[in-house]
Amino acid sequence: MPKTRVGVFVCHCGNNIGGVVRVPEVVEFARTLPNVVYAEDNLYTCSEEGLSSIKSQIGEQNLNRVVVASCTPRTHEPLFKEACEEAGLNRYLFEFVNIREHCSWVHAHEPAKATEKAKELVKMGVAKACYLEPQEEFESEVFPAALVIGGGISGMTAALSLAGQGVDVHLVERERELGGLIRRVRTLFPTEQDTAEVLGPLIERVEKHPQITTYLGSEVESVEGFIGDFDVTVASDGAASELKVGTIIVATGAQELKPLELYGYSQLPNVVTQLDFEEKFKRDAEIPRNVVMINCVGARIPERTYCGRFCCTTAIKNAIWLKEQDPDGSVYVLHRDVMAYGVDIEEFYRRAMELGVRFLRYDIDDPPQILGEERAEAVRVQHQLMGREVVLPADLVILTTPLVAQEGSEKVSKMLKVPLGSEGFFLEAHLKLRPVEFSTDGIFVCGSARYPSNISESVSQAYATAAKAAIPIEDGFVRVEAITAYCDERSCSACGNCVEVCPFGAIELQEGRFGTTAHVNVAQCKGCGCCVAACPSGSMQQRGFDDRQLLSMISALAEEMTGGAGSP
Amino acid sequence: MAQEAHEEHGDGFEPRILVFACNWCSYAGADLAGVSRLQMPASCRVIRVMCSARVRPEFVIAALSKGLDGVLVLGCHPGECHYSEGNYFTRRRGLFLKQLLEYVGIEPERFQVRWVSASEGAKFADTVEEVTEQIKALGPNRPRAHS
Repeated sequence: MPKTRVGVFVCHCGNNIGGVVRVPEVVEFARTLPNVVYAEDNLYTCSEEGLSSIKSQIGEQNLNRVVVASCTPRTHEPLFKEACEEAGLNRYLFEFVNIREHCSWVHAHEPAKATEKAKELVKMGVAKACYLEPQEEFESEVFPAALVIGGGISGMTAALSLAGQGVDVHLVERERELGGLIRRVRTLFPTEQDTAEVLGPLIERVEKHPQITTYLGSEVESVEGFIGDFDVTVASDGAASELKVGTIIVATGAQELKPLELYGYSQLPNVVTQLDFEEKFKRDAEIPRNVVMINCVGARIPERTYCGRFCCTTAIKNAIWLKEQDPDGSVYVLHRDVMAYGVDIEEFYRRAMELGVRFLRYDIDDPPQILGEERAEAVRVQHQLMGREVVLPADLVILTTPLVAQEGSEKVSKMLKVPLGSEGFFLEAHLKLRPVEFSTDGIFVCGSARYPSNISESVSQAYATAAKAAIPIEDGFVRVEAITAYCDERSCSACGNCVEVCPFGAIELQEGRFGTTAHVNVAQCKGCGCCVAACPSGSMQQRGFDDRQLLSMISALAEEMTGGAGSP
Repeated sequence: MAQEAHEEHGDGFEPRILVFACNWCSYAGADLAGVSRLQMPASCRVIRVMCSARVRPEFVIAALSKGLDGVLVLGCHPGECHYSEGNYFTRRRGLFLKQLLEYVGIEPERFQVRWVSASEGAKFADTVEEVTEQIKALGPNRPRAHS
């Protein structure tokens, strides 16, 4: 076996790491580590320049291990692994050290301690790298069908886009009708079209598409398996359908917050939400003369810190609608800030003002008050600009509330093993770099399931997920990361602990060269390592996370205590 | 006893804690803490594993007997394991391991198991802070010389 030659590349990440961690000192330190034959710093290791430096040093220095100390493997590992591979080094001879998220960013005011920590982390990474071995990836087939959960705008758009690419789609909708939340809205901003004009043709296309199977009044009951090979059970009216799909799109949407404790909602008959207004008043009820809307109800408060993003626009839309029905009626919008972002919506906001809609800013510490016993008669509010209290007569009070996480999101989250964020919406793999994917391969998210999204945003995201979800299906296979378990048959005593703990039934006791021993079916192994920890003899190991590798990291860290004495 | 140790070593003692973090939850939670720029003591060094259940008891014993002051294993909340049930093994193993540590003369508090999800950046930072304080109170780990 050739001598181990490790190259270490330490990233400044502009100022992100270099502004805290003394990178040149870390590089100097790396040069003193066993088996390190080369170390350098890069302004950005992930830049073209950084990557080509890795590639050229692999050649020049004859490196057979590469360690990059920069950000998180969760976003950048594939990039560096590819660079290694392009330079002819097996991608599994690469080790990632996180000195940004886990170091410079969280110890921003302690440069000395952060530098020490970065050195230790690099030392641990180098120690592990010395024990890395080349691996071959296993290719696994992808079943050519997709599941879309949720039949709203997002789900239908994703389904149509996938079907348009020739993929068989199973579209599951909990309600008895397609359309989702938007079905209850009468007109849409900023075009003021009737919702039916947009929704009708979309539903028709979905229903008529030969490659889309729609399951109405149905819920996904269980999902087992991994990318390429998911087994899905859909329950409809007591009957269950068993499906096999390769990829999954979550388009479960969101629901309007019902502000039960606020501003007399549910006690006073003429205090309603925007959605109530769409459903009842915008259809056939009499147009009220004096309308007061209160925005940011239940949003941007300590319990629910986020902005609903388009609730302001909804209020503007309905204010315009009211003014158009009755130009002499009065419409006040009480707000905390008007979020009318982008080209079209800012224009829409201006139009509302031109039509005579009054926008009035209130203070969250001195919120508006509803006056009236049996019904709301007026709203008292502190006018921030005039610096005095005003009383606005009200025949109808409309509360503008944000969307909140969909009912049942937790169940879907647990079933798919994808995370929810702190507000209960689904959490993507990376806010900026992987906005419609989960960390779990083969599962994607679009629309308001992720955060409140308007129609055009939902449609864009749906297209993005459909494109992403079609890629593995188009390829026909996925490469499975070589982090699977394997058994050293020479020392295996066939106790069967591994068989028992494996969550995937991937291990069997079989007759072989060394008698009865454990055998791992690589296609079924997902690389959790449960069996490795349960093996009393150490015969079971995990590629990329074997005992020697992990123990070497522990020893490398512990050595620091005694100034470098001792070895793994 | 913990109090005495604390006084004996004063506030100058900076514990060194080894953290095993599950790739799917707490490692992402730690990343989120970073992205959110949450500041925390520089006491922890994270080793990424695919599942908390990969952590062999031997790793914990090795770390503590080599003189590290604490070991923290972080996994997904019960019921949320990416591999269905790995964290249940972690939980069960943790209970036994604490007893074993006590038996071999290592304070069981030096080894802790906690659950941190991918969205809980703040919980990761709080956990690091809390565990650091607890181990600080125990004082430096003094494994026997022969270990």
